[in-house]
Amino acid sequence: MTEYEITSKERLTENAFRIRVRAPLIAEARRPGQFVILSLDGEYGERIPLTIVDSDVVEGTVTLVFQVVGLTTRLLSMLEVGDSLASLVGPLGAPTRIEKVGKVVCVAGGIGVTPLYPIAKAMKEAGNTVTVIQGARNAGALILEKEIAEVADEVVLCTDDGSKGCRALVTAPLKEMCEGVSKPDLVLAIGPPVMMKFCAETTRPYGVRTIVSLNSIMVDGTGMCGGCRVTVGGETRFVCVDGPEFDGHKVDFDNMIARLGSYRPCERAALECRLDAEIERIKDARRPRAPRKG
Amino acid sequence: MPDDHARHEKVDDLAADTGRIFRELAPRIRDLTPKERLAIPPREMPAQAPDRRVGNVSEVALGYNEEQARVEAARCLGCSGKPCVEGCPVRVDIPGFVAAVADGDFAKAAGILKRDNLLPAICGRVCPQEKQCQARCVVGKALDDPESAVSIGRLERFVADWERLNGRQSMPEVGPSTGKKVAVVGSGPAGLVAAADLRRLGHDVTIFEAFHKPGGVMVYGIPEFRLPKDIVASEIGALKAMGVEIRLNFVVGRTRGVLDLMERDGYDAVFLGVGAGTPRFLGVEGENLVGVFSASEYLTRANLMRAYDRERAHTPICGARVVAVVGGGNVAMDAARTALRLGAEEVHVVYRRTESEMPARAEEVVRAREEGVAFHFLENVRRFIGDDSGRVKSMECYRCELGGPDASGRRSSIEIKGSEFIFDVDTVIVAIGNDPNPLLRKATPGLECDNRGNLVVDSNRMTSLKGVFAGGDIVLGAATVILAMGEGRRAAESIDRFLAGELE
Ligand SMILES: Cc1cc2nc3c(=O)[nH]c(=O)nc-3n(C[C@H](O)[C@H](O)[C@H](O)COP(=O)(O)OP(=O)(O)OC[C@H]3O[C@@H](n4cnc5c(N)ncnc54)[C@H](O)[C@@H]3O)c2cc1C
Ligand code: SF4
Ligand code: FES
Repeated sequence: MTEYEITSKERLTENAFRIRVRAPLIAEARRPGQFVILSLDGEYGERIPLTIVDSDVVEGTVTLVFQVVGLTTRLLSMLEVGDSLASLVGPLGAPTRIEKVGKVVCVAGGIGVTPLYPIAKAMKEAGNTVTVIQGARNAGALILEKEIAEVADEVVLCTDDGSKGCRALVTAPLKEMCEGVSKPDLVLAIGPPVMMKFCAETTRPYGVRTIVSLNSIMVDGTGMCGGCRVTVGGETRFVCVDGPEFDGHKVDFDNMIARLGSYRPCERAALECRLDAEIERIKDARRPRAPRKG
Repeated sequence: MPDDHARHEKVDDLAADTGRIFRELAPRIRDLTPKERLAIPPREMPAQAPDRRVGNVSEVALGYNEEQARVEAARCLGCSGKPCVEGCPVRVDIPGFVAAVADGDFAKAAGILKRDNLLPAICGRVCPQEKQCQARCVVGKALDDPESAVSIGRLERFVADWERLNGRQSMPEVGPSTGKKVAVVGSGPAGLVAAADLRRLGHDVTIFEAFHKPGGVMVYGIPEFRLPKDIVASEIGALKAMGVEIRLNFVVGRTRGVLDLMERDGYDAVFLGVGAGTPRFLGVEGENLVGVFSASEYLTRANLMRAYDRERAHTPICGARVVAVVGGGNVAMDAARTALRLGAEEVHVVYRRTESEMPARAEEVVRAREEGVAFHFLENVRRFIGDDSGRVKSMECYRCELGGPDASGRRSSIEIKGSEFIFDVDTVIVAIGNDPNPLLRKATPGLECDNRGNLVVDSNRMTSLKGVFAGGDIVLGAATVILAMGEGRRAAESIDRFLAGELE
């Protein structure tokens, strides 16, 4: 088997996928909270970070979940079992501090449940009571439900349209829990930046420690470019080495959200101009394995 | 190679002029008197015309032809004291190789050069010769003009290119296998030289590199227009041909620890050549606004990720109109000139001292200016100002004056009170230097460093961990390619002794 080969692929929702990729050393070294950076073309590809959801040391694979948002994730969604990534590096970032604190509330928004799952699992294994608040646009966009149910003591589902669970934003049940008799000892929020920002705002008045996991734009992922930097407590920190987890009450979310949007106009253009050419390229690359005509 | 249309109009004139001189000198080129040698006018480096080259990323300097090289080499007096050699960090036998060039025996010249310098095609292009060998050259002194010194760097480049382009690259011989395994971490100049030397001595060598391409700063920092990536690739090809294994996408300290390499993977020694990888920021208000980049990020996007190739690259780099580059070193020059090539209308370099304190290679400052980069000396940034969407729109600057020498020996820069002014920009590139990347150190208990984070080594280049050696920028602080190479070589010698049980 070749390095970085895709060994399984599943479609989770309309535009979210789960793949397993061969990377024995990363599978062995990774801890919850860490991520990888991958690229699909050694010369012209872009390097994008994805959280490691799970790993199988025996098989030597890491599990990744991604949502199609830009050029690279679109191309990734088109790869099949047996295809290989051009590169995969990791595990990057600091692992989550897994500790026994008592009551932990994990809040996941959309695809954020992906990075949250290994953390929730580890928190449970460390002896905490784990509640998961999981939000999504609608029932169809809820992913990893089964896995979450296996590790959480309690699950609260919220959808924007009420098609499953309660029709609410994740901050509503979170606020209730903070007001309740047994306040959470720790809140972990992972999801879209705006969601994390509001989770932090929700818990702030109650003084509940709140950790968020930031997903900034990255290049190297090893602290060499500063492109991933964010402002935390007035100081510059690098998400790829100092994070990805930070004290949500100290993160300057507005700056972080603006930085995430740095390339939005270019990215859309990239997606539109290059998709067709790239699709052809991928098909080409796959051709030799198909039976030859004539 | 740039195509002919992109060539400097002067290229032909320069060649014709040299041709005349060459025909005159050729019959007696060995027997010229010092006076005659001093009378030969220095050979200018042919280059792409400034207005053309800002529209492409091909190499700016085009290199000497054979006659230009021989005439330039004939200017060397062959001083018996060899002052130039003293100025060279790896002590290349300069008069020796230059005399061979004058004779037209380029293969011999290459042999002499490569004894001491494994990567002459690279050093000939990026070494600050005007501060090293050429600064000591007697010709420059005799003519009372350091710029008229023998162009040692250009000759070095000529010889290395001649060898490569004629398929004459000699491969260092690999000694009989010793059965020892060495892990080299980082594939910059320090790592490459250490790997080559260790392999030559018969050890098994694996290079571990974090990025998806080998070469270190030579591929992700220094741009194509100054150091074509083909050249770096060819050096790496030679290393692979010698049997050095290269593992990419491997972050030592994350994918596997230093001690794991020794204890679990059976490496007998480790060389750390991980460079000075973390960009320094100014630490002023607004530095994290959108549109403010570190030079490392800007250059990595442009070079390693090839964002300049908008047709093919997937990595975006946003169009900029008015760019300010803060800093005065090679990195600042490279960032400024890259921004021009990516289509910026105006590029301004803001430096808090004056031109004479600039650490950049003199030739690159000249070229940047020719290309239209504007220089603002004795100015510094107080803060960055953003618009409603969090993008940088201007900087507040202040003027400075020079004070007494600081710790680095350069004159310090002192703020002139009340001199603030606003400078409108849409992109800022901060190029004020690099610090050591703490990743490896934090992941490796017991690895000692100084208060700046550079690794501490003994006179054998061994770190505080037995069998773990280090060299290059991670020890010296951000330095130069040639110093990193020299360190790699010395560390390889020590590692060889360590493996033989001669070092404790
Ligand atoms: C833009 C720019 C322009 C420059 N211009 C010049 C010039 O004109 N002339 C000159 O002499 N010098 C120049 N320099 C400086 C010169 O490039 C450096 O001094 C030199 O490259 C240092 O070599 P090195 O081998 O120590 O490290 P580097 O070249 O930095 O290489 C280190 C390598 O190690 C890898 N690495 C780091 N950490 C790990 C890890 N944990 N695991 C695996 N791999 C790792 C990195 O990815 C990198 O590839 C320039 C530098 C820059 C940034
Ligand atoms: S100092 Fe100048 S003239 Fe003298 S040997 Fe060196 S290069 Fe030649
Ligand atoms: S991604 Fe480059 S420093 Fe974090």
